Amino acid sequence: MPIPPQPAIEVSNLVKSYAGVTAVNGISFTVPKGEIIGFLGPNGAGKSTTMRILTGYLPATSGSVSICGYSVVTDPDAVKKRVGYMPENNPLPDEMRVSEYLYFRGRLKEIPRGKLGSRIDEVLELCDLKRVRHKIIGKLSKGFRQRVGIAESVLAEPPVIIMDEPTIGLDPHQILIVRDLIASLRGRMTVLISSHILPEIEMTCDRVLIINQGRIVAQGTPADLRREVLGQSAYEIEGPWVPALPPRRDRPGPVGGLRGHAGPVRFPDHQAQDPERRGLGGGDSAGVHVGGPARAGAQPRAPDP
Amino acid sequence: MKHFFTILSHEVRMLLVSPSTYIAAVAFLSLMGFFFTGILEDYSKTPQDMSPASVFFLYYWFPVIFMVPLLTMKCLAEERRLGTIETLLTTPVTTTEVVLGKYAAAYLLYLVFWASTSGFFYILSHFAGEAHLIDPGPILGGYLFITVSGFFFIAIGVFASSLSKNQAVAGMLCVVMLAAFIFGGLYLAHAPWLEREALSPLKEAVMYADIFQHYEDFTRGIIDTREVLFYVSGTVISLIFSILSVEAKLLHS
Repeated sequence: MPIPPQPAIEVSNLVKSYAGVTAVNGISFTVPKGEIIGFLGPNGAGKSTTMRILTGYLPATSGSVSICGYSVVTDPDAVKKRVGYMPENNPLPDEMRVSEYLYFRGRLKEIPRGKLGSRIDEVLELCDLKRVRHKIIGKLSKGFRQRVGIAESVLAEPPVIIMDEPTIGLDPHQILIVRDLIASLRGRMTVLISSHILPEIEMTCDRVLIINQGRIVAQGTPADLRREVLGQSAYEIEGPWVPALPPRRDRPGPVGGLRGHAGPVRFPDHQAQDPERRGLGGGDSAGVHVGGPARAGAQPRAPDP
Repeated sequence: MKHFFTILSHEVRMLLVSPSTYIAAVAFLSLMGFFFTGILEDYSKTPQDMSPASVFFLYYWFPVIFMVPLLTMKCLAEERRLGTIETLLTTPVTTTEVVLGKYAAAYLLYLVFWASTSGFFYILSHFAGEAHLIDPGPILGGYLFITVSGFFFIAIGVFASSLSKNQAVAGMLCVVMLAAFIFGGLYLAHAPWLEREALSPLKEAVMYADIFQHYEDFTRGIIDTREVLFYVSGTVISLIFSILSVEAKLLHS
């Protein structure tokens, strides 16, 4: 590896069109080493196409892609050695046993025969697949299949891992396991995952790229995006106030847990008119400032992890 | 070609766990067994002027048309249907290695099936004890013909499999293409309208591609390099088309 820190993934002006339809339209981004980056977008936004181009499976119409400094077009072999890829829907051969499959994939990925056995044990341990190592893949449940796919993509310890919707179709518990697994790769490997569910990406990713109709519409850390998209909101709450507790002069500022019926509450901020947001203002049992009509700065609440 | 043997051994293993291989094997061996006993019965009734081996190998087309599709229809069609071709081709493996590995595995199994028919001749020689029934020339020639023509037949099967995502469609295509090659040559070689003087170059080309003629030459002990070249070039062309077909389907996927 050269001395100046090289980005793990570098994409510039990537365009891909199929028979008149432009699936990816001038996407550019850079991913530094060790980062977990999320691709977010609705179905058909061009996520899968971009990922397929990154792995060298599909050729791009124009633009350039390089992985660890190797161009996908001129050095496809070097790129394929450095990328672990899990396609959408995680296709696996149904007739093979888990350990057989990993062995076959390891040989294809040019892991030396001597190291392969211990490496397979490691990834089975990492993905909690030890119990099913001799089971036939076709008979595994979806969660196990997904983990076999992940085990396969990290098998050769590639510097870059690309996973297309790794949590699709899993139950919440399995999503947690997969999420932890991906988080455990942080720092060691560069991970690019895609999803169309925001919280999914938010939990695991250092940075998010939002794409729609083949273009990047926003990018940044989840917190930045939140601030940028939702903005800072201030809510002003007015109304007659029925005290349940005597006002405390020694502690100015908002007092929580005031019980009692608050009268009509107004939200001057138009954003706050939607019923969900109204919950923030307190709804019926409003937490209002001591001293009647007042201003309260409120930030939109992030969903709990 | 680093990964050729990895894919070959994987494919052989996959063929050995697949039920269609065993269906093909059972159908093939029982069919050939019936043919063989039928031939022997004929020989026991009236003396014939050909050795039983050359009559036996004359039926080569029957198992070829039914067994080759069963062995090859799965190889590329199934990978595309399941999407595993995507995981396969995103490792440092070339399309050529994938196609050749699958081809070689199907060909090996095809040879194993045919090799098991040598048991018939062994049983005949062991129990009949009549040396004149076992003529080593036509037997060797027949197996050589099977070996050489097998290159081409299996390659046609692989090509058919590369054209469709659906195994059944691939199998049907394979049957049609094999029948066209095997009987097309036979039909055209005896077609009266080709006898005209003006069409004589065409007639020559047809005679060259007549697979039944090749069979006769081989069992008579004539190993014509032009005939070997016919099968080898046909194999190479079919395999190149299979590779191109797999790659073209990727571009338009």
